[in-house]
Amino acid sequence: MRPNRPVYLDNQATTRCDPRVLAAMLPYFTEEYGNPHSVEHAMGLRAEAAVEAARAEVAALIGAAANEVVFTSGATESNNIAIKGAARHAARMGDPRKRIVTVATEHKCVLESVADLEAEGFEPVFLPVGADGLLDPGALRIALEVPTLLVSVMTVNNETGVIQDIPALAAIAKAAGALFHTDAAQAAGKIPLDAAGWRVDLLSLSGHKLYGPKGVGALYVRRRPRVRLAPLFSGGGQERGLRSGTLPAPLVVGLGEACRLARAEMADEAGRIAALRDRLLADLRARVPGVAINGSMERRIPGNLNLTFPTATALELMARAPDLCVSTGSACSSATVEPSYVLRAMGLPDERAARSLRIGIGRFTSPAEIDFAAAALAAAHAGAAAPA
Amino acid sequence: MRDALALTGNPSSVHAEGRAARRVLEEAREAIARRFRALPRNVVFTSGATEANALALHALGAGRRVIASAVEHDSVLAAAPGAVLVPVDGQGVVDLDALTHALDAAGPALVCLMLANNETGVIQPVAEAVALCRRHGAWLHVDAVQAAGRMAVFLNALGADSLALSSHKLGGPTGAGALLFADEGGAPAPLIRGGGQERGWRAGTPALAAIAGFAAAAEAGGDAARLAPLRDGIERAAKEAGALVAGADAARIPNTACLVLPGLPAMAQVMALDLAGFAVSAGAACSSGKVSASHVLAAMGLGPDAGAAIRVSLPWNATDADADAFAAAYRDMVARMRRAVVLAR
Repeated sequence: MRPNRPVYLDNQATTRCDPRVLAAMLPYFTEEYGNPHSVEHAMGLRAEAAVEAARAEVAALIGAAANEVVFTSGATESNNIAIKGAARHAARMGDPRKRIVTVATEHKCVLESVADLEAEGFEPVFLPVGADGLLDPGALRIALEVPTLLVSVMTVNNETGVIQDIPALAAIAKAAGALFHTDAAQAAGKIPLDAAGWRVDLLSLSGHKLYGPKGVGALYVRRRPRVRLAPLFSGGGQERGLRSGTLPAPLVVGLGEACRLARAEMADEAGRIAALRDRLLADLRARVPGVAINGSMERRIPGNLNLTFPTATALELMARAPDLCVSTGSACSSATVEPSYVLRAMGLPDERAARSLRIGIGRFTSPAEIDFAAAALAAAHAGAAAPA
Repeated sequence: MRDALALTGNPSSVHAEGRAARRVLEEAREAIARRFRALPRNVVFTSGATEANALALHALGAGRRVIASAVEHDSVLAAAPGAVLVPVDGQGVVDLDALTHALDAAGPALVCLMLANNETGVIQPVAEAVALCRRHGAWLHVDAVQAAGRMAVFLNALGADSLALSSHKLGGPTGAGALLFADEGGAPAPLIRGGGQERGWRAGTPALAAIAGFAAAAEAGGDAARLAPLRDGIERAAKEAGALVAGADAARIPNTACLVLPGLPAMAQVMALDLAGFAVSAGAACSSGKVSASHVLAAMGLGPDAGAAIRVSLPWNATDADADAFAAAYRDMVARMRRAVVLAR
């Protein structure tokens, strides 16, 4: 069976909006157009009820209470609010702590939020990772010997799919009296999350990474003990003053439905996607001897492969396999030809990083597409090696 | 918008699916630029107008004294807590002499003046304000959220330095807005960082479907002027029933009426009209969950009656019959509530 082209294997960049999510959203784009903040009339009340049902779904997916979920425009904004908001609030309260600890392989929006804070007098610390992409808990303990305001460690890396041990890292941060934030944009819907049980204070997620719409995300803000944040911008005071602006009811409903589906189907889906991933890897290894995996295979979401090819660069492979949507790394920076800073941080020399490709398998990937991808990548690799 | 919702790609990805998404985004940018007369590269998409206003103040207000009219939207006032507030007259129009004095006293300044007010529909003299700002070397940010789609809004003709827009106030979906710069110049000064989207001005994967809907709504345009006679009919009926129209003598956008019934609580009016099938509000929707007095009506000297004001805003597809039905429901409501007030006494 020939798959439809192009074959989309870049599900860490973004995912297709699930048709069931689309169906849940459409009425709120058309007849149910009430403003969820207009609680004095029936249309507004119906929109509000839909928004609150979605809030409960997000909370259920991440192990939180509904009143701990703040809607945002996406994970980038959630991360900006969490990191800058926690630091600025603490500074306003006269907290003397200035240290903010994060990891070299975080998403750009975490790294740049922390960098922004340096200009405001905070002291950023960027911890290294091992060759497996994992943060050494011992390194975090040492960094926390200086009184620290906030620790931010992503749950799952966007390039390698590597899963950090968030419960252990959060416990270390708590023991040192620091707040703990995790960017769970790549984790939500892929692995079970438990904000309350893991004792994280702040957790970010994004709609379009879990088969929901683009333009909506959420930030978990712990209630007990209460975590206080300075908002990034103010106005109407929506979302408990943490995030002003009219809530986009259709997008919020879509995020809620995406979370509900993820919670219901995560276990089955993980098994199916892992099988596809293993099939792709086995096929590629047979066709392209010497292909190497970047990052831990044990602690990794099922949908991700980050592979270094023996000779061809990622850009050569992508040019020779135009029917395949894969990437060299984060979509945000994929227009640049810079080698991935994530792979660099894992100790890969630039020349190896340039031969590395991110493959993201998702809910809608078929076995036929996997077989097509293996053949296309192998052919591209052979073609790049052959003299022109 | 449906097509954009069905697209898989991330507009920042370089592969086929990403490029398809990028095309949708850039076509939307061009549509917004065409409709509001700006250069596409000076259009920054945001999550909405609150963020657009906050971004304008963050970018243009740095190192400048902020001067704002007393009737600006909360998102502007909150973004500049130290702003000098310029009073408005009884009709809700900004006092240009007071603005001149404020500019004289301020040094380098950023003036924020909305084009049309969200509670009363009153149109501000932006052209005059632009001239004053030019003379004083000040910048001008215009919140055109309520004006867009209801009157001509052209950034180049206005002469403002930046313009904030909201998709859902002009018939598009919620979750998208834009900040338009006359000339972006300089280095990006984003509020939300990390990822470099929107040429560094606004990080985060853009809300593609909402943005596509925003552009479609902007292109659809529609003739808002036809709403004026409908609005006038409602106002006539309201006045006969004893209401006062806030800003009645000022230039206003054609769809908005702010009706004040001294002595009759706005919340009760809103609920009575809701039962009759009409969704209206007591002031701005953002704050309508809270029962706080309107700063707009207070600035117009209507403070004591602010709790008795409702905002009626006609949708783009309102008909004569809708307006007549509303006028009848309003008269009914007033008659019944007055009886109830008399009985209570």
